[in-house]
Amino acid sequence: MTDLTAGSPTVDQIRDDYTEMARRKRVYGGILLILFVAMMAAGFRTADDRNAGSFIDGWHRVLDYPAEVLSEAWEKIAEMPAHLVTFFPALVETLNIAAASTLIGAIVGTFLALMSTRGMAYWPSLIPVFRRISDVFRAVPEIVIALVLIFILGGGPVPAMIAIAIHTAGALGKLFSEVNENASLKPVEGLHSVGANWSQRMYLGVIPQVGPNYVSYALLRFEINIRASAILGFVGAGGLGYELRNAMSWGQGRYDEAAAIFVLLFVTIVIVDQISGYLRDRLTHGTEKGARA
Amino acid sequence: MSTFATDLTIDDLKTEVDRMFSRKRLVNFGLPALVLVYLSYVFFAFDVSGLAGRANWENGKTLIADSYSYKTHVTRDNRNGEVSVAIEGERKGSYPDGQAPDWVALGETTVVDLEDGHIVRFGPETVEYDIPGYGTVRATPTRAAGVQAELPTDKVPDWINMSKNRMAITTDAGRLTVTRNRSEVFRYFTGWELFWFTLDSPYYGKSFPELAGLAAQGEAGAILNDFWTNKMWRHQDVAWAIFETILMAFLGTLGAGMVALPLAFLATRNFNPLKTVRFATRRVFDFVRGVDALIWTVVLARAFGPGPLTGALAILVTDTGTFGKIFSEALENVDQKQIEGVQSTGANAPQRYRFGVIPQVTPVLLSQLLYFLESNTRSATVIGAITGGGIGLLLTQAIITQKDWEEVAYYIVLIILMVMLMDWFSGWLRRRLIQGETGPRRRTAQTGKAG
Repeated sequence: MTDLTAGSPTVDQIRDDYTEMARRKRVYGGILLILFVAMMAAGFRTADDRNAGSFIDGWHRVLDYPAEVLSEAWEKIAEMPAHLVTFFPALVETLNIAAASTLIGAIVGTFLALMSTRGMAYWPSLIPVFRRISDVFRAVPEIVIALVLIFILGGGPVPAMIAIAIHTAGALGKLFSEVNENASLKPVEGLHSVGANWSQRMYLGVIPQVGPNYVSYALLRFEINIRASAILGFVGAGGLGYELRNAMSWGQGRYDEAAAIFVLLFVTIVIVDQISGYLRDRLTHGTEKGARA
Repeated sequence: MSTFATDLTIDDLKTEVDRMFSRKRLVNFGLPALVLVYLSYVFFAFDVSGLAGRANWENGKTLIADSYSYKTHVTRDNRNGEVSVAIEGERKGSYPDGQAPDWVALGETTVVDLEDGHIVRFGPETVEYDIPGYGTVRATPTRAAGVQAELPTDKVPDWINMSKNRMAITTDAGRLTVTRNRSEVFRYFTGWELFWFTLDSPYYGKSFPELAGLAAQGEAGAILNDFWTNKMWRHQDVAWAIFETILMAFLGTLGAGMVALPLAFLATRNFNPLKTVRFATRRVFDFVRGVDALIWTVVLARAFGPGPLTGALAILVTDTGTFGKIFSEALENVDQKQIEGVQSTGANAPQRYRFGVIPQVTPVLLSQLLYFLESNTRSATVIGAITGGGIGLLLTQAIITQKDWEEVAYYIVLIILMVMLMDWFSGWLRRRLIQGETGPRRRTAQTGKAG
């Protein structure tokens, strides 16, 4: 234990020590804050210098473009419903890209997650390999794969789907394996003792435990993938993004179409966010109750 | 769980269990069947079967071959007889006049050794190609009569492509094309040529120990400068581009955090009694989040032009909505007791927030900020590809040229490394800053964007 021979410190000493400590902490905090502000300021100035137009010149023009688009859309408000109908197939394509890639990504991600969890892996010695695979899948931005695949496969929804599915598989693989680590291995052992093979053990022993969490993560991913598939459309992969780029590069005269696409995208994202938020809420709370009971 | 009645007969129990099983079976087979049905619908909706026809596998082959190998062009201009040697046929990779690699012997008759007995001779009039196991092909380009070729056999093999004005021979050793205006040999090598130094640098072709020796003699600065200003691989531009991408993520994420924190207070039930303000703030968050980063990028690019600032602002605006939502949820969950405790010592309002509220939410705030910093590095790459800034721009440019696939491969590797590094860094910082963090399971917090 500590050396007590020096006698108990007086109240004054304690107070001095405390104020000393508090002051040091404040100084450190202050230095960190100054450093942080300096970094932000320097970063902002660098970004401003390397940008085509500067912030000072541009900030009051931020609303010009939306205003232009909106005013033209307002003039042609009568055509709006027709445009919404015209671009509805593109919206369906964007949603399909997101849904299919989420499904495929979730299936591959489940496989990756099972393969990289101790106690569940089919080849336990390959666990680090599968972990690295999902790390690399996760690190690749969708646009990289999409652009390369567009060069080979030509434009269209398939390159986007593959690109998003790969990234989704990596991201979900990591999240799923975290869920797996919390799952109980006892059902797996029980099934093993009655002679179940690996796929039966996984399907009957693990998936029912982790299912709700998997679905909840997959829904979250679906929200993200809708945005991603809209963005990939912008570089030539079909769907709403592609239509948006066409309408925009046309410029004035087709802004009403651009506005219709904005509206479709915005409404879709908000609706899907709301539904999936509600479902996820129910799923996670449901499991908590189930696990307690 | 539900309780079971104890007075059920065996039959009742059996029917009950049977019903349960059949329902389970329905779900167990129905769900995969649904997924299958949906995927086959997508298969037809996306016309996957027609894709095989549209796909250009030749492009894929060049892409893969080019990403790990390069070719050196030896070109003879048939109009004036000049022979030039250039890596990838680019000016930046040209050998100076009168110089050539050791497998090319310049002279009246230029001899190009493609190894394994394949030898091409550019004579004053005739081009000869010795192909082991086949014989010598002679081709004479003339102004008047196009390319006159003599083959050792009557039948033209399928690796030789002949027409009146053009002859092309593709072998394992290389490729020879002869047209009226020029004769050209490609020789393929594995690797990324000129990655360190271009041909005009005195350090080209020197081994690492030699370079280390020169560096020790005080040429380190010159060596680094030649590497840094390499015209072929543009290391300087690439480094700047990566820095710009990280800068976009950094400015966007932290800026969004700084904007969202005060606004988040307005959106909470326990700090803001005004219902209308609360409602309005929440709708602003929803709106900003719902208008996708894509649309913000497009709108902001109109005002600020392409560049890292636009990307940073697009991330900032989108994430303000997300952070506002997460932060206000965290703030609604704070423990009132600590605030009361601070208040009881006579603290005024700012002090109550500073010492009673902020310490409680800091872990959530920091961990979310760091998660988004990593995820936004990826977004910044994508946004850069749209607005034109950072490594995303370089990548799209390299892909658009459709021939610099080795550069594309290089950028992809760099992007993956950059994202993994940021992932590692943000994880490390999170563990350092937030002791006792229970692992990444916090991500469950309804972020609306993660991974």
